[in-house]
Amino acid sequence: MEDVKVIDARGSFCPGPLMELIKGIRQEPVGTTFEVWSSDAGSAKDIPEWVARAGHEIVANSEDDGIFKVQVKKLR
Amino acid sequence: MKKIVILGGGVGGTIVANQVARQMGKELRNHELEITVISDSVNHVYQPMFLYVAFDQVVPEEAQKPEREILDRHVKLHIGSADRVDRDAKAVIMEDGTKITYDYLVIATGSRPAPEAIDGLEQGGYIFYTEEGALKLREALHNFQGGRIVVTVGVPHKCPVAPLEFTFMVQEWAKARGLGDKTEVVYTYPIGRLHSLEPVANWATPVFEERGIESHIFFNPETVDASNKTITSLEGETLNYDLLVAIPPHTGQAVIGRSGLGDAGNWIATDRHSLRMQGTEDIFVLGDATNLPISKAGSTAHFEADVVASNLVNLLRGGLGSIRYDGKVFCFIETGLKNATYIQFDYTHPPKPQEPTEMIHMFKLAYNRMYWLTPAGVL
Repeated sequence: MEDVKVIDARGSFCPGPLMELIKGIRQEPVGTTFEVWSSDAGSAKDIPEWVARAGHEIVANSEDDGIFKVQVKKLR
Repeated sequence: MKKIVILGGGVGGTIVANQVARQMGKELRNHELEITVISDSVNHVYQPMFLYVAFDQVVPEEAQKPEREILDRHVKLHIGSADRVDRDAKAVIMEDGTKITYDYLVIATGSRPAPEAIDGLEQGGYIFYTEEGALKLREALHNFQGGRIVVTVGVPHKCPVAPLEFTFMVQEWAKARGLGDKTEVVYTYPIGRLHSLEPVANWATPVFEERGIESHIFFNPETVDASNKTITSLEGETLNYDLLVAIPPHTGQAVIGRSGLGDAGNWIATDRHSLRMQGTEDIFVLGDATNLPISKAGSTAHFEADVVASNLVNLLRGGLGSIRYDGKVFCFIETGLKNATYIQFDYTHPPKPQEPTEMIHMFKLAYNRMYWLTPAGVL
């Protein structure tokens, strides 16, 4: 997808993939779609949990060869 | 003559300058190599001391030394503010118009706390990540007579263990002043556990319960109402406070934005192993200035600086500059006023926190005094 901003958070123990996503969401405009790459299986769960609380949208959530890829659209 | 220009006189930039100078002293003396550090401050500041300044354990003068005294005498120091990097001219353009050309540029400009990013925070809260902020908080703590202290954490932020350290320390500090019964300590964190590092969060959770520290997870501070003394998260939760201490979101430096080198937050897209700015061969980036998904911490800058310095020496001697950074980070964690632990990890090895001990705390206090050997390139 052309307009997806990739956040490569593989191997990120601190701050970690979710915090990297929050950083991206804070600084980019509403409507931006992000794709977080994570080597931590927990991301497939904790990113959607925060996205629901923060009022954004999960576009896709998949695993590709041990890398978890979660797409999130900033809605507000 | 080859020219290395280092933009930023913090820990990362200073280590690179001194390590290259030590290994290439002959070339520097023969004027085959010139190293210039650009800094907007005559003083080198050891920022972790601000945590202790807030508790009046040290004063700001103990956290700084003239950068000139730390740098190898063959390294040039240019004090002033950089306006922008001109990649076409391979030069840093200073605000006064001075043009400093480079063959290799090292960007080590760090980050800055941006309390203005949270509406009302500057009016309603305190920070301890700057000298000015730590002094104001010192005054507020000195006058504190008990109440509800809320520690809140924005994203991104540097020194990721400092929020936990402050929380533990402020509670012990209140008890030591006889205010324990009249003081509540509340901690908020942006994600679904007490710390980004899972082992640290697992260790901290029972400690919070044992010490009676209230916690609110999934809390990203969005607005502060200074009149009513409340803070509200973007997730919609509102907390009351008597004293608000915030670790505000950070941004990269404005010079990165003016140079067109960064993203919307002024962070520079950097290769995680080579530490070159993506798409370039002649620009290295280290420390907080990168967009890498690793801790914004002095130790990160330190270990990255070792790699950048080695690659610069290698390149200047005809090598390929292919030494790789493995993501190494090391942090002490103060767990109160008397004990501490530490963590170490890299891109492929998760951290394993050790049991806190008084010895590690003593070593941390000793390191605070020995720090000056680090930018000197010795430790």
